[in-house]
This record gives sequence, structure tokens and C-alpha cells, in this order.
Amino acid sequence: MTAHIPDGSPFAPHTTADTKSMLEALEVDTEADLFDIPADVAFDGELGIDAQSERAVRTELAEMFSQNDSLTEFMGRGHYSTYVPSIVDHLADRAEFITSYTQYQPEITQGFLQALFEYQSMLVELTGLPVANCSMYDAATALAEATLLAGRVRSTTGDTVLVPETLRAGKRAVLENYVDGSGMQIETYGMDDGNADLDSLRAIAGEETAAVYAENPTVRGTIEESLSAIADVAHDNEGLFVLGTDLLALSLLSEPASVGADVVVGEADVLGLPTSNGMGLGIFATKETFLRQVPGRLVGASEDADDRRAYTLTLQTREQHIRKERATSNICTNQAWVALRAAIHAAWLGPEGLVSLAEDSVRNAQSLAAEIDEITGYKAPVHDRHHFREFVVHTEQPAAAIAGELASEGFAVHVVGEHELQVCITDVNESAADELVAAFEEVAA
Amino acid sequence: MIHDQARYTHDETKREPLLSEKDQTTVEIDDDDDGPLPADLTRDSVTLPSLSEPEIARHYTRLSQMNWSIESGPYPLGSCTMKYNPKFTEDVAADPNAAIHPDRAAETVQGNLELRYRLQEYLGTIGGMDAVTLQPPAGAAGEFTGILIAKAYHEHHGNDRSEVIIPASAHGTNFATASMAGYDVVELPPGDDGRVDLEALEAAVSEDTAALMLTNPNTIGLFERDIVEIAEMVHDAGGLLYYDGANLNALLGRARPGDMGFDIMHYNVHKTFATPHGGGGPGAGPVGVVSELESYLPTPQVKQTDSGTYEEFEPERSIGKVHGFTGNWLVLIKTYAYIARLGDEGLLDASAKAVLNANYLASQLDLEIPYGPFHHEFAATSGDRDAADVAKRMLDFGVHPPTTKWPEMVPEAMLTEPTEIETKRSLDSLAEAFNRAYADTDEAIESAPSRTAATRIDQASAARNPRLSWHALEPDE
Ligand SMILES: Cc1ncc(COP(=O)(O)O)c(C=O)c1O
Repeated sequence: MTAHIPDGSPFAPHTTADTKSMLEALEVDTEADLFDIPADVAFDGELGIDAQSERAVRTELAEMFSQNDSLTEFMGRGHYSTYVPSIVDHLADRAEFITSYTQYQPEITQGFLQALFEYQSMLVELTGLPVANCSMYDAATALAEATLLAGRVRSTTGDTVLVPETLRAGKRAVLENYVDGSGMQIETYGMDDGNADLDSLRAIAGEETAAVYAENPTVRGTIEESLSAIADVAHDNEGLFVLGTDLLALSLLSEPASVGADVVVGEADVLGLPTSNGMGLGIFATKETFLRQVPGRLVGASEDADDRRAYTLTLQTREQHIRKERATSNICTNQAWVALRAAIHAAWLGPEGLVSLAEDSVRNAQSLAAEIDEITGYKAPVHDRHHFREFVVHTEQPAAAIAGELASEGFAVHVVGEHELQVCITDVNESAADELVAAFEEVAA
Repeated sequence: MIHDQARYTHDETKREPLLSEKDQTTVEIDDDDDGPLPADLTRDSVTLPSLSEPEIARHYTRLSQMNWSIESGPYPLGSCTMKYNPKFTEDVAADPNAAIHPDRAAETVQGNLELRYRLQEYLGTIGGMDAVTLQPPAGAAGEFTGILIAKAYHEHHGNDRSEVIIPASAHGTNFATASMAGYDVVELPPGDDGRVDLEALEAAVSEDTAALMLTNPNTIGLFERDIVEIAEMVHDAGGLLYYDGANLNALLGRARPGDMGFDIMHYNVHKTFATPHGGGGPGAGPVGVVSELESYLPTPQVKQTDSGTYEEFEPERSIGKVHGFTGNWLVLIKTYAYIARLGDEGLLDASAKAVLNANYLASQLDLEIPYGPFHHEFAATSGDRDAADVAKRMLDFGVHPPTTKWPEMVPEAMLTEPTEIETKRSLDSLAEAFNRAYADTDEAIESAPSRTAATRIDQASAARNPRLSWHALEPDE
């Protein structure tokens, strides 16, 4: 076997003989002769990174990750873990999918295009809105893009987005950066027992309102009860109603279109992606009227030369590679593979599986909260509302101390206030719920 | 040479139906008595396909067979750096110990923080930058981060600057980014040699200049030889120099943006560091800055304490956040694994072979290449033939064609980047595909492709009559 050059890249396949003949064809002695880098900016030092065998890298990383404490997480607040069936990894990791790129040549990328078309269709079904793009980076950037859309469209004249005071700090920080260049403003409305405080919202809404943003479920896990009224506040002020949600909640809670949502954003990675340190999949769905203002990629059906149905990226004149500084967004590389994963997972669950998982999210949160509530020293849930997947617990002792002690018992929960913890239950951790309750009890005692 | 991958049969009955054409099942949501929620908080029903696992496995396997990928064959898409994605990086990223919630307390996730810290360091060294954020989820998000840092820097120094200068040949994301950040774009016409024209730059630079965005080698593979003068001109006017890292593969181990005078750069890890492109993403676009800009980086950053543990912190004048959490974590793990596998020698060899491959392939083509010397990619021109048509004909010869009709400074451009992963033999067959398609009759190229899953797709019809979901299709469609 004529091995490729030793010490080179293990993924550059050149044999010594091939390299030689290629250099000869180019009439140079070495590859270095092909570079046109002036000496004053050339780097001739060492980076100091030692090459390692595949096995060594795997060992190094396995050891590094084993430094993480192995805790059973009861965490959510925007990043959720649902059991991902093996089939998702096996299909999505097929090289034909994962090692392809954006479908610039649709004739040889029909497979991914169809998968994304199906993903868009699932979102259309679940949101009730006719247009869904094939991904944003995450829920935070999707909210930011929806706000910019609200600022652009002709039907709104305002320049302000109204957001709940409980908006996750990370989301708010992203939103601030995206609106910064557009001249738009952010204002905050209050919450009443976990849900939107309509009086507070009405008090700040006005002709400057471009969009009202609300979440269902809210970041504290409550199910919003006044969606239509929130939509009315937005619409009465000629603003858009932007609703934040997730793929599983959509399967059970009020259909966004039926409560007046103009844009739906949120996380779709509740399906398809295990806990990934916050990596996401942003949902973006909207009405037909705003089609030409949508950010990101859209897959559409068309016909090929033989008049057969075929799929292609479409309405690309919205996008940066055509419209440059007047594009609807700068997004190019997106989260397509995560969308593929979510679609496979959703297909695997089917409508029965989606609905029953969503119903469990309500029931399990309710019963776990009730069990914690029985322990002296806690009140749960703090809000007198229906909950989806997560809820807030009031603690008599300082919450941080309790969380620390729970960690020594092997559990991770959120600290969301001086005397508030937040707990999230899904099909991944539900089997440990009894132990969590026991740990809460232990810690209180 | 007919390739079976990415092809499906012309037999209509073998066409893969949509999931919705296989099944549509409606599940009614239980009302108050049986369901967990009152009816006014729930939807009425959900209608989606209900299929068994074997059916789903066949569906997606069939779809995958209609999809070209790096492992199907050459994928010389210029500017996209379609390298082989090492398999082991998938296994490393799937480590359940790394599957951690982003809100976990720092002391319980030391392993993840160590990886982030070490990747910040690796990238800093490779780019010649003093500090790096891993948060941006793609190259364009990295640009946005970088330009916001420039903006915050100018504002902090009491400078109200309104313009970002961008060469006409730059990627669309550069323009879109600058305008999203609130800047006016000043477009720089190319010089006769395809590089930045110093006189044009002189005319464009002013006290309104917030930054110049540049990639080097530029988007047709040419090194900006005057980079030191360019940097001086921009800096003298008080502006900052931004490096679009899309083309860093050409320079690995040989030149570093930080040494050329760039103040801010993004790394495009799904290009340079071989993380999979995933059919369009996810990628990651970490951003490096010089020490003067370190305090503006997004929050949180990771640092090592004196005792050797790792902590998150918010830089003093942080611009805040560009991703809801800490970015595309799985992609970052793969990036680290790739860099650790290659090390100095591997990275140096990657750029050597990428440039060798591009130059060798170019030498075998009958098409004219107006500008050079080029590095990891080149822009050939199909002259009086339509580049998009020539590309469609290439599909019939079993290769993915190059990027077409961009950058516009080369008429009918075919921007070609074979990367280091192709063998001489595969480059020879790629060259043959180019040459045959280029020499083919007008009729042949206009009616191409014919040996692919779909024949030429009607783009105009897709846009004129948007059908964006299975709900929008006519029953017989
Ligand atoms: C030159 C150049 N700049 C920027 C980008 C944007 O990077 P991304 O697609 O990762 O957002 C690309 C990639 O497509 C590119 O080729």
C-alpha cells in the first residue's frame, strides 16, 4: 500500500507518487511554491498543537467529559430533553444527509429537500399558519427575526416590541442585539401569577407597537390563558402577535392560528435532539401575507422537465446571496440537519405519540408539583395555573442552598429566585421523579 | 459514468411519496373529562402521518439515496470547503457525558468548560487572535457578532461611525450583516487584478468607516498582497479590519489574520475544520479578536482559574449575546476533535493539499481562469456558455458542480474548491466532467441533467406559485 504522506492530514489522500506527479504537472518543486503570501505576513512559527491518533483524541475527550458531574437533570427553561429514539441517529447520520450542504443543485438533492418540505409541512399543521421556513438558529434568534419582520412589514407602523418581564435573559440579550441596528425598541409588560398581565400589556401598547410577544407555555411553565386577548392588543394597535412555543406544546395547546398569531417562533429541538448544552432549532412560521418578508430558506414544490413533482429552495430573492444588504436576514448556514432530526422523531411518534407525550407533560408536571408541595418547606407550583412540563417551587430555605444540596444528592434543577427553584419533567427523567421527591424531602429535613 | 447515488428511477411508481401520502391520521384531543386540560386551552385535533418504524426507516433511507453528499463523490462547491467529515468526530460528540443542560452550575460541568476553554485557545492560536468566543451559530452570525463588537468599540470611544466597506466580490452575508447592524454599506469595486484596489479603498475610507470586511484569500482565491497597506489605511482612519474566515483553509499554519493586521475574525468551522454541513447546517462561527477588543466579546466567556478549574465570566463591556445559550455545542466538540487529530503537521498539510488540488485541477481544465495565482479555489469562466447550464450538465457526469455565477467579477463564474480530500484520480475525473460539459452542445447543456433524481427543475414555477407544504399541493400534484 502506498500510504499518504506520513505526518500529514489523515484526510488528505495523496500518495507520495501522486503528489510528485501533480507538482510536476504544475512545474513547481513543493506545495509551498504555489502560495502567494508576502513574507512579511507569512507565519513560520509553530501553533504548538500535537497531532494525535483517533484513539488518543477519543480518550482525551472521554476523560474531559467525565469531569462533568453526573447529575440527573430536571431542567428546561427553553432547552428540553425528550427521549430520542435510536432511529433518529441512525437515519440522520446517514452520510448522504449529514455530509451534504444547502441544496443549490436540487436535481441531486431531492432527498433532503423533501425531508425539509415535510418538516415545514409538520409545522404548518401544528401552527395552523401556511408558511414555515426550514430553520432558524434557535428560539432567541427566531424571536429577533420575527421582531425585525414586524418592523419591516407595511401593515405595522410602530417600532416597538412588547415582551414579558419574565423573558429569559439570554433571549432578551439576543433580541437587543438584533433590534439595535434597526432602530426598534423593546418594552416590557408585567406578568400576573405566571401569565401575561393584560392590564400591564394594554397600558404600554399603543401606536408605536410593532409586535407583542408572548409565550405558551411561559418560561415558568404555565399555560397561557389569554392568547386571543393578547392577540387583540397587538392587532388593535396594528401590531403583530408573535407567539413563542415548541413542537411538543404545539401538539396539544391551542393552535396558534386560531388564537390570532401572526408569527410563531420557538424551539423545535424538543424533538430529535438530546440535551445539547443549548444547541437549538428555531421555528419560524407565519401568514401568507408576510411570505416575502420571511428570513431564511424555504423549500417549495415545483415540477421537473418531465413534469414530475420536484422540490427546490424557493423565493430566494429574499436572501442574502441575491438581495445582499436588502435581504430579509443575513442567515445562510442554518440548522437543517436538526430539522431533519426533529422531523424523523415527529414521524416516529406520529400524531398519537405527540399528543400523548404532550398530555404527559401536563400530567407529570402537575403530579410532581403536588408531591413536592406535600413536603414541609416547599410550595409547588408557585403559580395557580396549568403547567406544561415544568413549574416553579417556592422554598423556605434559600433556593441556591437547596439546589446545592440536591446536587449532592445527584439532581440538577434551576435556581430562578432567592426562594425559587424550577423543575422540569419529561419522559427522560420521569423514572427518577420519586427519587427527586425523596431528595427534596431529605434536603428539607 | 452514471452514478446511482442521488438518482432515482424514472419509473413513476418508484417515486418516494410524501409521508402525508402514505398516511394521514387525525387524533382528536380529549375534552375536559379525559384530557388533562380544559378544552379552551387545547387545540381540537392533530392530523399527521402515523407510520411504523420500518416504514419510516425505508422512507428516509430512500430519501437519502436521492441526495448527493461528500461521501457520494466530488463536491467542489467554491467558498463552501466541502471536506470529508471524519467519522470519529460524530462518536465523540455523542458522548452522553457531554450532553449537559446549559444552565448547570459551572462547578458541575468542568469537562464541558475545559473543552470550551481549550477550543478558545486553539482557535486563537490558529488565527493569531488574543481571545475567542464560540457562541455564534454560523459564519453569518460570527460576522454579526464581529460587527457589533466594532460598533460597541466605536461607541465606547465616542465615535459615531456609519459605514462598513465591503468589496463587491464579497459574500452576500457580509452586506446583509452590515445592514442588520445598522450600517450603510460602501461597496468597493475590484481592481484590475481581482484584488482590492488601493485607490478605490483610499476613496472609500473616511472617518465614517467603522470597518472593512475582507476575506483573504479573497472569494476567487487570490491573496490580498497589499494587506499590510490595507490594514494601515483602515486603521489610520480609525476603522477596524474584519476577517471573513470562509477561506481560512488556504492559510492553515502558513499565515494568520492576526498577523496581517485584522482586528476581528470569524472562523467557519464547518468549512475549515471539517464539521459536517448537515444539508445546510448546523455550523458554527466562533469569533476571534485582538486584545483591545476582548472586553466586548459576548457573554459568557470561559477562563481558567489559578487553581486550574474553569469558570464562566461576562467580559466587562460585553455586547451581550448572539445565541440564546452558548451556540452549536455539538459542532464545537467536532471542531475540537478535528484540530486535535490533525495538529500542526496535519493543518499545514491540509492547506498544502487544498492548494495543490485546486491548482492541479485548474491545470487540467479547458476553461479560462482569468485571475491568479489562486490558492484553495479558483474562478473559471464558461465564457459564452451559461455557467448554470454547464453545471447542470456536470451533474450527468457524476460530480457536484462548482458554485456558479458568483463572484460576479468573473463573468459566468464557476467557483471551484476541490479541498484537500480529493485524490489525483478523482481530480482527473472531475476535470473530465468539466471539460465534457463545457464542450457539449447547447442543446445538451440546456436540457441537462437527465441522469439525476429529478430532471431540470422549474425555479420560476416554484416561486410564482409557492407550494410550501403538503397542505398546499393539489391532490393530483
Ligand atoms: C465567503 C463567505 N463568507 C461568509 C459565509 C457565511 O457563512 P455561514 O454560511 O456559515 O453563515 C460564507 C458561506 O457560505 C462564505 O462563503
